[in-house]
Amino acid sequence: MTVRRLSTRASFTLAAVALLAAALWLGAAIGETAIPLDVVAKTVANRLFHAAYPLDPIDEGIVWSYRLSRVVVAACCGAALSLSGVVLQSLLRNPLADPYVLGISAGASTGAVSVAILGIGGGLVGLPLGAFAGALIAFCLVSLLAWRAGSGAAAIILAGVAGSQLFHALTAFVVTKAANAEQARGIMFWLLGNLSGVRWPDVTLALPAALIGLALCLSQARALDAFAFGRDSAASLGIPVRRTYVLLIGVTAMMTAVMVALVGSIGFVGLVIPHATRMLVGVRHGVLLPASAIVGAVFMILADILSRIIVPGQVLPIGVVTALFGAPAFAVIMSQRRTRL
Amino acid sequence: MRLATKDVTWAVGPATIVDGVSLSAEPGEFLGIIGPNGSGKTSLIAMLAGLRRPRRGTVELDGVPLSALSRRHLAQKLALVEQQAETAERMSARQAVELGRTPYLGLGHPWSELDDAIVARALAQVDMTPLADRNWHTLSGGERQRLHIARALAQQPRLLLLDEPTNHLDIRHQIGILDLVRRLDLTVIAALHDLNHAALFCDRIAVMQAGRLVALGTPVEVLTQRLIAGVFGVEAAVERQENGSCHIRFHATAGALSG
Repeated sequence: MTVRRLSTRASFTLAAVALLAAALWLGAAIGETAIPLDVVAKTVANRLFHAAYPLDPIDEGIVWSYRLSRVVVAACCGAALSLSGVVLQSLLRNPLADPYVLGISAGASTGAVSVAILGIGGGLVGLPLGAFAGALIAFCLVSLLAWRAGSGAAAIILAGVAGSQLFHALTAFVVTKAANAEQARGIMFWLLGNLSGVRWPDVTLALPAALIGLALCLSQARALDAFAFGRDSAASLGIPVRRTYVLLIGVTAMMTAVMVALVGSIGFVGLVIPHATRMLVGVRHGVLLPASAIVGAVFMILADILSRIIVPGQVLPIGVVTALFGAPAFAVIMSQRRTRL
Repeated sequence: MRLATKDVTWAVGPATIVDGVSLSAEPGEFLGIIGPNGSGKTSLIAMLAGLRRPRRGTVELDGVPLSALSRRHLAQKLALVEQQAETAERMSARQAVELGRTPYLGLGHPWSELDDAIVARALAQVDMTPLADRNWHTLSGGERQRLHIARALAQQPRLLLLDEPTNHLDIRHQIGILDLVRRLDLTVIAALHDLNHAALFCDRIAVMQAGRLVALGTPVEVLTQRLIAGVFGVEAAVERQENGSCHIRFHATAGALSG
């Protein structure tokens, strides 16, 4: 029994990793200039293993300097947002919870914009740190508001809506007051999610954030399982509830902040991917967390590819693509949930 | 295991919910807690389970204050069945019971075949093996409650706390669950609604009224006509059975709700 369970798990893991690799490969090949798949593979071989395949330096440059860093960051971003969604939905026992709905992304945007434009922190505080502070402040504010509004599933969502509006307004205020026209245009584009400016240095931030986030969430997988019947039930199963909350909310805020600082706030990924993955693999977090990370990563890479090819000669903000596909998917999932309950 | 409270008090804002209760459950004993709605039974159970820290007084497990024990350690000794705990997750009956193994699992202690066996046994004990792979949301309230009890049993506790465990069960399973719980080699503390169930299954009964402990003793000592009238506000006749237990017959009185 256990052996069979292990081998099915191993084959699923293998399939998931293969899927992710295929998505990364496609993501690096498709774009305004289509680059053959074998050139992508040879570029990777050249750069990582000094394989010395003869390649057109322009092709190699596009693949290595622009496309690969971009797909890797897209993958990390999708994985991190999905993980955050899984954690928030389980911890708050609310199917609508995700970093975007709860205002954490909006808070991170405000934090990042404050650092970038107002120069808060005097250059000592980087964009991601500003975003992290903004994310935590937003979550605390939203929790406080929800707590004052009384318990219940709706309270935290309503508080999140209010919080997002507030932080969007603050961001807009900062941008219109302090930024020049060019800055303002850049920031507005970034706010909708933009992967165009991504280069390798961004990977060194995105990849550790996603991997450390995944590891920390996985370390709490059983605790998250135990929240299925609520806080008191988790506590009576031996989970230190407050410590688990602080750790997991901190991890979620960290992942969201890093991704917002790099590519802007992107909606629907954290909301839809966890539900879709739950339908595929079930509710056990030991499986659900890594599966969501992979599905989220693949979804984000595909969304990024679409954002590059949907309008010829123009790149759509990726947040637009995720919302275009995420909103109907979410509607379908929610209506199916209802009939099942 | 002996679980004892010393003068515990719990208050929400200005309202005192539990007021200076001292009692103890002796090893192997079935201790029932009865009292009208709002008398503080659930809050007392929550303090006994270590979920609420008393405003005043202490709860001790074998002489050690609960606040000195880690949650994980406590969960290996003491299991709680809440009133109607619900989930939105699409889990199977077996998965709900498997949660009971949580306090034993960790990085160095992965899920093992022993855990499988313990879960299977817990399911069998509450008569739920045939439904083990059903979705939680397709089960009746009574079946869900039996799974909660199985989950608690999978914790392999020495002490079981139950908050009105038979609320949603049909009469056969009410009796079945209480009988099962009594036969287990465990110390049991249960808040109960039905006075006859309390009389039938409890070794001792604690009676709560407005947050205070007003009586504590064997069913025959506690369940008197006068106490039932005073605490629950109903007229009843208490009949002694030949085997030494007692049975309560309630009389319909017109003034029951106005008094």
